[in-house]
Amino acid sequence: MGRFISPFTLKKSGILGMNSRNIEFISRYNDRKLFPLVDDKLKTKLLAREYGINTPELLYVVRYQHDVYELREKLEGITSFAIKPACGSGGKGIMVIKGREGENFVKSSGALIGFEEVARHVTNILAGLHSLSGDQDVAIIETLIEADPLFENYSYQGVPDIRIIVFQGYPVMAMLRLSTKDSDGKANLHQGAVGVGIDIKTGKAINAVMHGKKVFFHPDTHHSFDTVEIPGWKELLVLACSCYEMTGLGYLGADIVLDKKHGAMLLELNARPGLSIQVANSKGLLGRLREIEKITQKRRNPKDRVEFVFDKENF
Amino acid sequence: MISKKALYVLTFFLALLGVFTALMRHEQSGIPFLSSENKDVWMVEARIDFKAQNDTPVSLSLSLPENIPGYKLYFEQSVSAGYGFNTFMQEGHKRGEWSIREAQGKQTLYYKAQIVQDHAHTPQVEETPPVLETHAKEDILWNEAESIAAKELLAQAYAKSSDDLTFTRELIKIVAAMQEKNEGSLLLAKHEYVEVLSKLLSEAGVLHRVSLALELEDARRNQSLTPVIEVFANKQWVLFDPKNALQEQNKNFFLWTRGGKSLIELTGGNNATVNFSMVKQNMPALELAQAHFDESGFGLFSIHRLPIEEQSLFKILLLLPIGALITVFMRLLIGVKTSGTFMPVLIAMAFLQTSLFLGLLNFIVLVAIGLVLRSYLSALNLLLVARIATIIVIVIFMVALMTLVGYELGFNTGMSVAFFPIIILSWTIERMSILWEEEGAKEVMTQGGGSLLVAVLAYGVMQNGYVAHLCFNFPELNLVVVALLILMGRYTGYRLLELRRFSEFKSV
Repeated sequence: MGRFISPFTLKKSGILGMNSRNIEFISRYNDRKLFPLVDDKLKTKLLAREYGINTPELLYVVRYQHDVYELREKLEGITSFAIKPACGSGGKGIMVIKGREGENFVKSSGALIGFEEVARHVTNILAGLHSLSGDQDVAIIETLIEADPLFENYSYQGVPDIRIIVFQGYPVMAMLRLSTKDSDGKANLHQGAVGVGIDIKTGKAINAVMHGKKVFFHPDTHHSFDTVEIPGWKELLVLACSCYEMTGLGYLGADIVLDKKHGAMLLELNARPGLSIQVANSKGLLGRLREIEKITQKRRNPKDRVEFVFDKENF
Repeated sequence: MISKKALYVLTFFLALLGVFTALMRHEQSGIPFLSSENKDVWMVEARIDFKAQNDTPVSLSLSLPENIPGYKLYFEQSVSAGYGFNTFMQEGHKRGEWSIREAQGKQTLYYKAQIVQDHAHTPQVEETPPVLETHAKEDILWNEAESIAAKELLAQAYAKSSDDLTFTRELIKIVAAMQEKNEGSLLLAKHEYVEVLSKLLSEAGVLHRVSLALELEDARRNQSLTPVIEVFANKQWVLFDPKNALQEQNKNFFLWTRGGKSLIELTGGNNATVNFSMVKQNMPALELAQAHFDESGFGLFSIHRLPIEEQSLFKILLLLPIGALITVFMRLLIGVKTSGTFMPVLIAMAFLQTSLFLGLLNFIVLVAIGLVLRSYLSALNLLLVARIATIIVIVIFMVALMTLVGYELGFNTGMSVAFFPIIILSWTIERMSILWEEEGAKEVMTQGGGSLLVAVLAYGVMQNGYVAHLCFNFPELNLVVVALLILMGRYTGYRLLELRRFSEFKSV
């Protein structure tokens, strides 16, 4: 870091820059009117249900303030759940309840809170406290994801997720995002999470970065990333690719988690996925995107598209 | 999407149109492309508002400047629909008179003059010393205590001076210091400052008069005249600023009406007020005059046709595109992160009104204090709109406080701080505080620093005399700016800072 690289070298490596991403991919392939489908998590969820895409089960939606009064009743019998704002960003406003103790709820940190605090949190979400625009929002209550024990050694709090860039329905690049102490349990790379580039064909780790620098061990658990391999890789890619039909967005980032019981689940979609995935993979996106742009044959089945990429030599 | 080729053609024609129009204007109106720095030309405009009485002829006369030492009057014009206008001399003073047979309701008259600062222009020598005129206003009756205080002051000034001029200077120093410390309450509490000074001078037998002068400052609107003292010595009148004894600093005073002549006389109406606006230009006076009073072709589509009041507004407004251009360049080509898309331009505009150093200081202090108070607000869990509104109030309080502190410490920051766009400042604080919570202090520093960097750069370009001259006199050059904006908007190459972000790829 600190040094500059010549733009020609960068071009040769096929690195996608911010301007190019915005003009040549996002504004060309993502219709603006489709953005709300992914910016509102509730809409994404309902749409996913329609298309048979697995997501954490929706337990209850709190739309209006008076719904909050029924909340206690509705939560009866549910021991663990997550409360999220539908239009929150960057993991803001998510409350995770992992169990109960008598009348009280146990937060993920282990702290005990009463029902009133849960209700206040929901009220804040409704008022738009966590929504980026500050507009009124809706609170989603869904089942808690239980992280696959596979990643137990690679994550500090938080559930690891897999970001897959899907271009015109084809998987282009993937990265496993692991939260660290630095990132405060969040899985965003610029907040200090570790990004592990995943080979799009095999699901095996390539390379890992944290704060833009290469790392070989998880900073908190000290486990090497060499052995990371994602099980059921093909199914996972098929799941990600079917989001293309679901939303119509040509250039999108799908965030997928592996649940202990239910397997791969779609967590959320992003119409403006970041560029750091290239650093995690030590590989530029541009070459692959151009390859996909050249395809003339239509493949309606996500599985066919994944297989197409698997057969591609220079991916 | 329009293809790249079509885009290039479009931008080329836009730029060509802009440059061509500018060239034509240059040919026709003779406005030079480069400003000449040696002479300041001021366009001054007096705007008279009054209410006409129904069914009576209206006649209004305004005292006009003439033979002002240090200035040359190049051109004058009155713009007033339906009114007859002529100038005449009355007891050696120039007056302009507007008249109309019938007028109804609110009336607005304009008088425009072009004056050039010319230090070689020597004041006329008056052979016969004028008789000291006493005005009704000057006849303040002092009570005994006041007389004693006055005598003391005069004695102090007398001891430190050698002639009328030095005496006046010392007296102004004493009275000004008195007012600053609020000590002269005895004299100054009951009477107007200038009246007291004039009366003191009369008592000392100094030949003087109170005149009205306009303080020349670029792009000012709604100004009024300030009273100044003129002392007769060595067969000429010497100007004194009643608030400041140093004569060298008086050169920006433009004497509008001399002696105690009434500024405005109105029959057939009431509630007459006079406001002054002015803009400074750096170009040869003759060409400027041509531009201002050109009746043909390009002249009709020129900012110069507008009243000076609007002109001074446009002088600042027409700089905005340049600031926007710099912002776009820094964001899209360099990759600097700023908080709020065009906030840097607004900060730069504020810097134009203040000075750069004071502006920066004010901005950083305001935002820093704002952030601390805002973190306190977070605990209250307010909704966004209410939160911003609260921050606005806080910002206003802070501006007031800083102005007060500045005033007490003797800096003149007050005026300048008020130019900061308060709403924008509040949004900045809100945004930065959210950023702080979500991304940490480092990101706040990056974005805040980026905004300030862009703002300082934009300021640097906008305050450049040549840039200001071109933007104001050739507004069509903004088409070139638009062309550049379009080109940059379609630039898909790397940003400069991306070359560092992806520098790891060197090894690949």
